Amino acid sequence: MTIYSVFVINKAGGLIFQYDHHKPVIEMEKTFGFPLELKLEEQSEGITVIFGQRDGIRVGHIILSINGKPVQSGKVDGIPVMETISKKENYPLSIKFGRPKLSSNQKIMLASMFHSLYAISVQLSPKSGSSGIEKLETDVFTLHCKQTLTGVKFVVISDNKQVGVDTLLNKLYHVYSDYALKNPFYSLEMPIRAEQFDNHVKATVEKTQKTGSAY
Amino acid sequence: MTVYSLHIFNKTGGCLYEKEWKRSKKSSLPKEQELKLMFGMIHSINSFVSKMSPTDFKDGFLSYTTSAYKLHYYETPTGLKFVFATDVSVGNTREILRKLYSKVYVEYVVRNPLIGLDVPIESSLFDCKLEEYLTEYEFFADQNVKQVP
Repeated sequence: MTIYSVFVINKAGGLIFQYDHHKPVIEMEKTFGFPLELKLEEQSEGITVIFGQRDGIRVGHIILSINGKPVQSGKVDGIPVMETISKKENYPLSIKFGRPKLSSNQKIMLASMFHSLYAISVQLSPKSGSSGIEKLETDVFTLHCKQTLTGVKFVVISDNKQVGVDTLLNKLYHVYSDYALKNPFYSLEMPIRAEQFDNHVKATVEKTQKTGSAY
Repeated sequence: MTVYSLHIFNKTGGCLYEKEWKRSKKSSLPKEQELKLMFGMIHSINSFVSKMSPTDFKDGFLSYTTSAYKLHYYETPTGLKFVFATDVSVGNTREILRKLYSKVYVEYVVRNPLIGLDVPIESSLFDCKLEEYLTEYEFFADQNVKQVP
């Protein structure tokens, strides 16, 4: 039972709060000889594996470091990674792969993407009076969403086995109304930067994870 | 329990088959637009889910639930997409959709030389077998009257 992250989206689709509670670390380091058994390609997230899954390295993983040195915008010590891995004299190379982490820009993009998916799901409803997506299931995580009457969406990403997410969503709304809305320095629709709010969200998530209920 | 609709899309977004059983709310959009919207939504959900996922996954998007309906999704490795809308009370239909593909689609569409693989299916045999297959399931049982639009 795990809760991975919490998102709060305002009524325009903007991300006003995000908290990662549990981040599973997926990293694999392996020493390679020449030629590389993987097919790599430079993409926006980094140098991505596009073919050749092996030893826990999956398609979609990016290169995090080479010989222990971290990759920064496709370069290690100013030398492009693609150049390093194409030269035989550089081998053997120890390369660390991992799942790309979401940047804050990507999180903002995903939040607004969810906002429109939510609206489309209402449009496609075969029955009238439907809400938007309340629960979205995949084989590794479940997304729960609650929209308040004022249009704010609380989104919780959790494990499939996690219980009590519905009460967690309600409690998050309480915390939001108590510690964000009552804060005189908070302007509506803007990102929430309040220590009290952060702490209460954290405590609520922790409690739900432990006891299966937020109250 | 109610079954609302079934859509089959090919990998490029063309709608190969659509069937509606009980639909009380008619869409405000023309049919063609609605199909495009549905495919677009499925496509976006797939990309959303793959970015949002904390770990690597095998099947990806399975279903979503709103207050009024549940949309089930199954994609074959060849990119064929089955989109199945039911009542919220219906459980996991992955196996049902998988069998729908292997027992009905493959049998009566792929093995029929007269049906092109990327054109809408107009075979009444397929229609018939599909209905026959789905009515075997419990969630379809109380659906006695078929509504013809």
